[in-house]
Amino acid sequence: MEGLERIVREHPFFAGLKEEFCQLISGCAKNVRFEAGQYLFHEGEAADQFYILRSGRVALQMAATTRSLTIQTVGEDEIVGASWLVTPYRWGFDAKALELTRAISMDAACLRGKCEGDHDLGYEMMKRFAPVLIQRLQAARLQILDVYGTRN
Amino acid sequence: MAPVTEKKAAVTVHDPMLPRVARVRKRQRDLADVWTLNLEMEDGELLKFAPGQFNMLTVFGVGEVPISISGDPAEDGGGLVHTIRAVGTASGALTRLGLGAAVGVRGPFGTSWPVEEAKGNDVVILAGGLGLAPLRPMIYSVLANRRHYGRVALLYGARSPEEILFRSELEQWRRRLDIELQVTVDHAETDWYGSVGVVTTLVPRATFDPHNTVAVVCGPEIMMRFGTAALRKAGVPDQSMYLSMERSMKCAVGLCGHCQLGSAFVCRDGPVFRSDQLGSLMTVKEL
Repeated sequence: MEGLERIVREHPFFAGLKEEFCQLISGCAKNVRFEAGQYLFHEGEAADQFYILRSGRVALQMAATTRSLTIQTVGEDEIVGASWLVTPYRWGFDAKALELTRAISMDAACLRGKCEGDHDLGYEMMKRFAPVLIQRLQAARLQILDVYGTRN
Repeated sequence: MAPVTEKKAAVTVHDPMLPRVARVRKRQRDLADVWTLNLEMEDGELLKFAPGQFNMLTVFGVGEVPISISGDPAEDGGGLVHTIRAVGTASGALTRLGLGAAVGVRGPFGTSWPVEEAKGNDVVILAGGLGLAPLRPMIYSVLANRRHYGRVALLYGARSPEEILFRSELEQWRRRLDIELQVTVDHAETDWYGSVGVVTTLVPRATFDPHNTVAVVCGPEIMMRFGTAALRKAGVPDQSMYLSMERSMKCAVGLCGHCQLGSAFVCRDGPVFRSDQLGSLMTVKEL
């Protein structure tokens, strides 16, 4: 647990978090690893955890009508999964490790419970997740704009 | 708005309004609708240019278009290498020209990338789509004089894996151990194992000292807007960011006003502008 607490405390995503919150969060965390090609989760499954990547890369993929598309890749220090935050807590895409990937897995039910029990912790978590969501929303907008059509 | 780079266009001794005849000596298909043409002046002149400048190319009887120079400034004839996407009548005609065909050339025109000013600094080169072509001369210059620069990061975004420009050169550059090269695509199928996501996501992943960095950005305007925002968020001041703007350039010498952007003419005061001197113009609609 000491090791996990240190990892959580030192991870950029949790930078500035109070010591007591680091301890609370660490209680919901565990170390995980995925081999290249292994899925972290599949679309439609229960979003009962999220991942903070420590190393490696993960592709977020969706099945279109006749093919599968990679919609984003995420790497070291980045977050995989936000569906654990909102009902019905189901993944909206597949997540597949592109290479050996090490991560901290957060038990979503555990963390949601702690956030409900201490709204200050919940607010700290929201402050960290909101920028990630906004950044991904903006990135998705740029992708939709398909901007690389006509530059000369 | 004052001109933004100290280095101005190479002096053109010929009448800048009069196209001179060049011939297509080499043509190479880079992408489905993108070709690189190597031209040769009929009078044998080797066009000297500074990275970032452009030429006006004429297909006789069809029309004239501004095209950035994408060649190596250190090579003879580098100023006559152009990478062209077939998007309109004249650019489409250019890409269909055969070997030996005549092309009218005026130029080179415009301001240049801050190759000299960047010396002693880290360099971030942020390119999107065909925006890599106007930046290629800067990349050649930096790599040819690598010891004068700090860390060098080339961050490139393309629409899809099939539309990665200059792929073999990117692969060569990646093999060098003195440059950080990251490529991402906006759209990919699952057989692509590279990065997927917009080019701005590469900025926080790159290694550079923001207070000692010169950043050059080229691509579609909205990509440059978000690209400079990402660099700003990373701590790079606007005074250290340079962008290449694109407008409808006609005369190329600041007379006709077609390419006016605020109080500047892109052909004469640009195409390379420093970000702080563009100010809020990037967010003005239909300017």
